[in-house]
Amino acid sequence: MNNGLKLAVGSVVAAFCATAVMAADFTACQVTDTGGIDDNSFNQTAWKGVQDAEAELGVGARFLESQAETDYEANINSLIAGDCDIIITVGFLLGDATETAAKANPEQKFSIVDYAYDPSIPNVLGQVYATDEAAFLAGYLAAGMTETGILGTFGGINIPPVTIFMDGFHRGAAYYNQQNGADVTVLGWNPDTREGLFTNNFDSLDDGRAFAQNLYDEGADIVLPVAGPVGIGSAALADELGVDALKIIGVDADLYETDPEKGHVYLTSVTKRMDSTVYDVIERALNGKFEGGVLVGTLESGGVDLAPFHDFEDAVPDELKQQLEAIRAGIIDGSISVAE
Amino acid sequence: MTDPQPPGTLSDQLLDRAAPDRTAFEDLVVVPILAVFIALVLGALTMFATNVDLPTIGRSYVALLEGSVGSLSAISETLTAAMPLTLAGLGIALGFRAGLFNIGAEGQVLIGGMAAVIVGFSFDGLPAAIHLPLALLAGAIAGGLYASIAGWLRAATGAHEVISTIMLNLISYRLVDYLLRLDFIQREGRADPISRSVLETAELPRLLTWIDANLRLHAGIFLMLAAVVVIHWLLFRTKLGFEFRASGASPDAARYAGMRAGLIIVLAMGMAGALAGLAGANQGLGVLGRATPGFSAGIGFDAIAVALLGRSHPYGVLLAGLLFGALEAGGRQMQVDAGVSIDLIGIIQALIIVFIAAPLLVRSLFPWAFRKLAKVGRE
Repeated sequence: MNNGLKLAVGSVVAAFCATAVMAADFTACQVTDTGGIDDNSFNQTAWKGVQDAEAELGVGARFLESQAETDYEANINSLIAGDCDIIITVGFLLGDATETAAKANPEQKFSIVDYAYDPSIPNVLGQVYATDEAAFLAGYLAAGMTETGILGTFGGINIPPVTIFMDGFHRGAAYYNQQNGADVTVLGWNPDTREGLFTNNFDSLDDGRAFAQNLYDEGADIVLPVAGPVGIGSAALADELGVDALKIIGVDADLYETDPEKGHVYLTSVTKRMDSTVYDVIERALNGKFEGGVLVGTLESGGVDLAPFHDFEDAVPDELKQQLEAIRAGIIDGSISVAE
Repeated sequence: MTDPQPPGTLSDQLLDRAAPDRTAFEDLVVVPILAVFIALVLGALTMFATNVDLPTIGRSYVALLEGSVGSLSAISETLTAAMPLTLAGLGIALGFRAGLFNIGAEGQVLIGGMAAVIVGFSFDGLPAAIHLPLALLAGAIAGGLYASIAGWLRAATGAHEVISTIMLNLISYRLVDYLLRLDFIQREGRADPISRSVLETAELPRLLTWIDANLRLHAGIFLMLAAVVVIHWLLFRTKLGFEFRASGASPDAARYAGMRAGLIIVLAMGMAGALAGLAGANQGLGVLGRATPGFSAGIGFDAIAVALLGRSHPYGVLLAGLLFGALEAGGRQMQVDAGVSIDLIGIIQALIIVFIAAPLLVRSLFPWAFRKLAKVGRE
């Protein structure tokens, strides 16, 4: 009896140990912001990079969701205790917490999405994106597609990685006006005063709906929500109103793919390929080539891009598509400046 | 709270009178413990239903235990999470005792925390011995005044505090958004709503950084313990506390006994708000060192559950706060070790509350854990 018990306990312990041994030699860990790992855009895209690395490089992968910003520091700390070879923190809002943790634990490798430290910290690699390049294309496209002559945008929080989308969108539309003698206006963001519409959160779908409704009431027929999962609320509104009345431009991931139920409302998406930069960072760390600094994703490197039009493939005129190709080439070779 | 006089035999009634605390003890101690137990079992079933395999479920509960009490850093995290919950929970418990259902702790946490942070980054050059108490006091006063609005509305116009505190919560969210954009509050060089950093002299000092720089336990723990003792003394040893409890038990009787009902309502709400404000100050000065729109993080709502679980008794609230703190800290470890979603912790917390709120259900599930008489009493 006693031996039987011991055997049972022993096999349970062995089972635990086996899973521990099975775990990979190198583990990449991700801390999300309050949007959560399944936000259909921001955190999920970064997590895809970790998962790709898991599949192709054979590294172990873990994530930890933050429910509140008071969790950031605690979450990073519990991953430090959990033997992570690299900790990837996702989002500008984790900037302070990551800096504190990186300085307190100089041996631990960190990488943060959407934040660049100046001066750089030797054990932190920042990943930033020239999102305005892709958003510029989206602005041009939207200006060419609108029937009311009014576009709308709103953001999550007034922070640089959000407003850079709105800057690019605004300037893309302005460039369309300049090239075609049109008069398309963009509501929700003023690039000069740096003021605009913000939900002040990255998680309320209700806000996404309400803000899109307000813009729609003001005449906008294409809206760019730059607030992670909040945009899903806007997509639900577009789904109800019909895509003739309101179209949505997705951000971060190609939302046609990640939000398939509402896929038909997305004219396109401004993709920010966090998955490819995160994968890149993990690969560097695995091969011992990790060093602190900044990694920039651009249109040229494929770090940012405009997603396919999917259901709108036939609706977008060929002439507009050709112009977009020309502008893309112009941005890459530097002949068109997306910054004013 | 205790069952009415059981209609049993005379000897049963005499027995009940001889040991009146038995039923109370069961309600206060046995029911919560069993509620936690059932919640954990149902939590495991929930995991099982979502295709989590058995070893993972086992591992996740081991992680829950390890992450809450299994190491020094786990205990530090548990205590850190317990502090604001206990402080705000005490406030809500005080309200319950006085017959007030204060849903507004979330707003009071925000307003108190904002005030503490504002004082905390102003007044450069003050010594810590003055600056820190001043910042805490600002948090308590601001939270107290904000809650008193609802108390005054109730006393003066009869507006129900449940409605008015919910509305005040909504106002506080927007008020904090607005405040954080003011030039003298917003951090320089930032366009998003984030306050300046609290000066070192106003920070609640971290206590264990000499062991490990990552330990977050801070001096707020003394604040929490002191608040528990003070509120216990206030409720059960002072005239004011008696008036609170009398008004809660029977407002009419209290009024006929010559107590000033309106004043008691305003005072009770004010003190509840002051405690919630301290919870906010605790977060602003001890954990974050700044304020942002979401820094209250639902503490004010979780605190309602803490007060219910603690049966509105200060010591009970402390234990409930520690339990919820342990669930929060352990839940994090659960996610790291077993990859189980942290949402499960929310489910377990909710289940605990459901069973606490239904003591009869717990009694019927575990009849052997309770004295026979209680069962007779229900028939």
